[in-house]
Amino acid sequence: MDVSQYLEMFIDESKEHIQTLSDELMVLEKEPDNIDTINEIFRAAHSLKGMAGTMGYKRMQKLTHDMENVFQEIRSNNMKVIPELVDVLFEALDAISNYLDNIIESADEGTDDNQNILDALAKIVDEGKDKETPEEETETKESDENNDEVIKEEAIKEKEDIDNSDDTVPYKNIIFSDFEKKSFGELLDDGMHIYGITVFLDQNCILKSARSFLVFKVLEEHGEVLKSVPSVQDIEDERFEFDFSVVYLSAEKAEVIKKAIENVSEVDKVLFGNLEDIFAEGAQEKKKDDEKEKKIEEKEEKEEKSIEESDDTKIKTANVGGGQALVKEKPKEKKQSKPNVGRTVRVDIEKLDDLMNLVSELIIAKNGLVSINAEQNSEGLSNNMFNEQIEYLESVTTNLHESVMKVRMVPIETIFNRFPRMVRDLSKKLDKKIEFHVTGEETELDRTVIDEIGDPLQHLIRNAADHGLESKEKRIAAGKDETGNIYLDAYQVGNNIVIEVRDDGAGMDIEKIKNKGIEKGIITPDIAEYMSDDEAIELLFTPSFSTSDTITDISGRGVGLDVVKTKIEELGGSIECHSVMNEGSSFIIKLPLTLAIIQTLMVDLGDEKYAIPLGNIQTIEDIPLQDIRTVQGKEVINLRGKVIPLIRLDAVLDVKSNGFEPESLTVVIVEKGDKVVGLVVDRLVGQQESVIKPVGDYISGSRAIGGATILGNGDIALILEVNALF
Amino acid sequence: MDKYDVNSLQNIEVEDEGVEYVMIQTGNELYGIDIAYVDNIVRYQKITRIPKAQRFFKGVINLRGEIISVMSFRLKLGLSEIKETKSTRIIIVKPEAETQVGIVVDEIKEVINLKANDIDKGESSDSSDAKNSYVDGIGKYGDKLISLINIKNLIVERGTSNS
Repeated sequence: MDVSQYLEMFIDESKEHIQTLSDELMVLEKEPDNIDTINEIFRAAHSLKGMAGTMGYKRMQKLTHDMENVFQEIRSNNMKVIPELVDVLFEALDAISNYLDNIIESADEGTDDNQNILDALAKIVDEGKDKETPEEETETKESDENNDEVIKEEAIKEKEDIDNSDDTVPYKNIIFSDFEKKSFGELLDDGMHIYGITVFLDQNCILKSARSFLVFKVLEEHGEVLKSVPSVQDIEDERFEFDFSVVYLSAEKAEVIKKAIENVSEVDKVLFGNLEDIFAEGAQEKKKDDEKEKKIEEKEEKEEKSIEESDDTKIKTANVGGGQALVKEKPKEKKQSKPNVGRTVRVDIEKLDDLMNLVSELIIAKNGLVSINAEQNSEGLSNNMFNEQIEYLESVTTNLHESVMKVRMVPIETIFNRFPRMVRDLSKKLDKKIEFHVTGEETELDRTVIDEIGDPLQHLIRNAADHGLESKEKRIAAGKDETGNIYLDAYQVGNNIVIEVRDDGAGMDIEKIKNKGIEKGIITPDIAEYMSDDEAIELLFTPSFSTSDTITDISGRGVGLDVVKTKIEELGGSIECHSVMNEGSSFIIKLPLTLAIIQTLMVDLGDEKYAIPLGNIQTIEDIPLQDIRTVQGKEVINLRGKVIPLIRLDAVLDVKSNGFEPESLTVVIVEKGDKVVGLVVDRLVGQQESVIKPVGDYISGSRAIGGATILGNGDIALILEVNALF
Repeated sequence: MDKYDVNSLQNIEVEDEGVEYVMIQTGNELYGIDIAYVDNIVRYQKITRIPKAQRFFKGVINLRGEIISVMSFRLKLGLSEIKETKSTRIIIVKPEAETQVGIVVDEIKEVINLKANDIDKGESSDSSDAKNSYVDGIGKYGDKLISLINIKNLIVERGTSNS
C-alpha cells in the first residue's frame, strides 16, 4: 500500500517524539531513577518504533526497538541507568534525527545502520543485566529444556491441520478453559465445524481495526466467532500488531471461508485449521495446556531477540491464561494513560497563507470603502447608516485578521526546546559547567518567523557558551561560581516579541573589539578613541568580524553576528547587544508580532505616498526651520534635550521635490533599539492598516523600501523599511 | 485510444503549426513576443516609482491586487522614452514559473503565426550588441521583418546589470 500520503504525518509525529525523547533524556541524566521519565522515554521509543515499522523504515525501527528494549530492562529493574547509557542514548537520538532528516529530504531513511550505537546499547544492556540479575540465565535454560517437547508438540499438530505451511501458527496457541471446551464441543453437532483462524494483515496496513472489522463481518456472514485473541475490544482499539486469531463456528467448508477472508483487502495471509479434535479429546486437555504455557515462555524468549513487529501480538495471544478469555496486555501498555491532548487540527501552512491573503483582500476592500466614505463626508454627503456599517465592517475585519494571525501563531517553545540538549553537549565539549535557564517558552510568534529564528538563536547561544562564559578556573579566579549561566528569555512588549540571550560570563572586552576593528580596517584609531562602548559593540555586527583568538568548531567559523543581524532584519526585527565587563553580555532581539499586515502611518513625499510602520514610530513633531542645527555637515534637532539626526526622506528616496520650502518641518521620530532619528516628510495623511506585499519580481529598489501596499483607491504606497535608514 | 492521441500529437509537430507571436511596434520597428510567455495585456495605468530601481524599470502597478513590476521596452532597448499615448499597453509576461513582470510597449499590432521556415535564426551583424542579445531571430511576415524577442534574456539575465 502506498504510505506516502502519511509521510507528512509521520514526520510531524516523529519530530514530536524525538523532542520528547530529548527532553526526557535530559531529565533522566539528572534523575536516573525517575520512573515517570523512564516510562515516558519507553513510550516515545515504542511509538517511534511502531511508526517507523509502519512506514517501512527498517533501520530506524531497529534502532528505536533497541532503545525500547533498554528501557524495558530498566523498567523491570533488570538494570540501572548509568551515565554512559545516557550518552549512548543521546547518540541514538541523533541517529534517529538523522534518519528523519534523510526521510524529509528524500523519503528514504538512508543506509547508515548505526551499528556502533546498536552494539553500544547491547553492551550496556548485557553488562547491566549481568550485574543486576544473575538468575536470568537459569530461566533461559529452563525454557530450553522445554524446547524439545514443544517442537514435538508442534510437529504433531501440524499433521492434523489443513494448513501447515507455516511453523508459527498463532491460532494454535489459543488456550481454552474447560468450560469453553465443553460448550464449544456441544456445538459440533449437526455437521458444524470449529476452525482456528489466524489472519495476518498487510504490514503496511494503516487502518488495522477497520480491516479487522471487515474480516469479522465476512466471518459473521458465514458463521459465528466463538472467541477472538486479542479480544474484540482490543482489536477495535488497534491494540494488536498485524495478526489476530479467532475460534470460529461454521457449517461452511474451510476453503469457502478462507477465500472469503482473503478477499478482504490488505489481508496478507490467512492460516486455517480445524480445531474439532481439541474439543473431542477431553482427557489430555490439562496436560496440553501446561505444555502450551511452556511453549509460550519459550516464544517470549525468542521474541525478546527478534525485532519482527508482528511477533508482539503473539505474546499477547500466548499470554491468555488457562481459564481467561481476557487478553493480558503487555506491561508497557498497561501503564499508558491517555495523553492530555488539546483538540487540534493540523493545517497545511499554505492553506493558512491562502486564508491570510483573502483576509488581506478583504482589508483592502474595506479600506476602499473607508476612503469613499471619507470623500463623501468631506463633500457634506455624510450618511450615518453608511458610517455605522463601515465601522462595523472595520471591527469585523480587524477581529478576523487577529484571529487568522493567532491561528498562525506557534509557541516559541518549538524552537527553544532544542537548546537544552545543545547546551548540555556544549557543556561537555567545552568542559564548562553550564546552567541553562529558559523563560517565556509559551510566547507565541508567527509561524514564518519561528521557522527562521532558530538558527540565529542557536548561533547566539553557542557564542554565549563558547566565548561568553569563562573556563571553570577563570570563573573561580574571578570569584564567581564555577557554574556559568545562560539565560534565554522571551516576552512580549507591545507589538513586538523580545528574545534575550544572556550569559553571566566575562562580558566583552571593549578594547579588544576596538583593536580588532582597527586591525581589520573597519575603524581608524582616532575613531576608536571616541567610540562609546555601545558603538564599539556595534562593530561585532559588521561582516566577518570575529574576536575570538582561536577558531573552535563550536563558534567562530567566520560567519558571525552579521549573519544573525541580517537574518533578523529580514524578519523585520532588530538586534542589539549590551555587555558589562565581568558581569556578562546580553543580546536583545526584537521581532514584530505579525508580518503580513501592519499598522502604518501614511505620509506624503512630493506626489508619492509612503507608509511608515507604526511600530517604529516614537512621536511626531513639528519643528520650526530655525531649530535645525548642523553638526559635522549633518542636520540635527535638539528635541527635549536629546540631539536627533534628521533624515530628509525625499533625498534618500530621490523624490522630485515640489520646490516648496515650508516654515516648519513635519518630523516623524522613529526608533531602532536605542537609536532615534527624525524622518522629514511633507505631510501626514493618517493611520492605516497596510497589507504588506512584495514589490514585484526582478525589480531591485532601495533598501529603504520594505514592501508595498495597495491603498483603498487602488494606488500603491511603498512601505518604508525604517531599520535600513539607520 | 491512448495510442491514437499520441499519434495525433506527433502529427502536429511534424506539420509545424508554427508559433504565435504578439507583434509590437516600437518607433519604426516591429518586435514579436512568443505568446506562450504572455499572460495578459492591459492598458497603460499609473505606475508607482520605486526609488533606486534599475533604470529601465518604471516601477510597479496594481494588477487586481497583485503588485507587478513594470519595465520600459524602450529604455531596455536603449531608446529614448516617450510619453504614453492611447495605444500604449502593458504586456504582462511570465518569464519563469511564479514570476510576472510587465513590459510597457508603444503599440500592439496583432497576433501573428510564424512557421519555422519564416524565421531567420542567423545573426544580423548590423544591430547593436545590447539589442542583439534579446533577439532570437528575425521573422518574415508578408513584407514585414519582425525581431523576435527572447523574453528570458530581456528580463532575467540582463535584468540587473544595466542599471
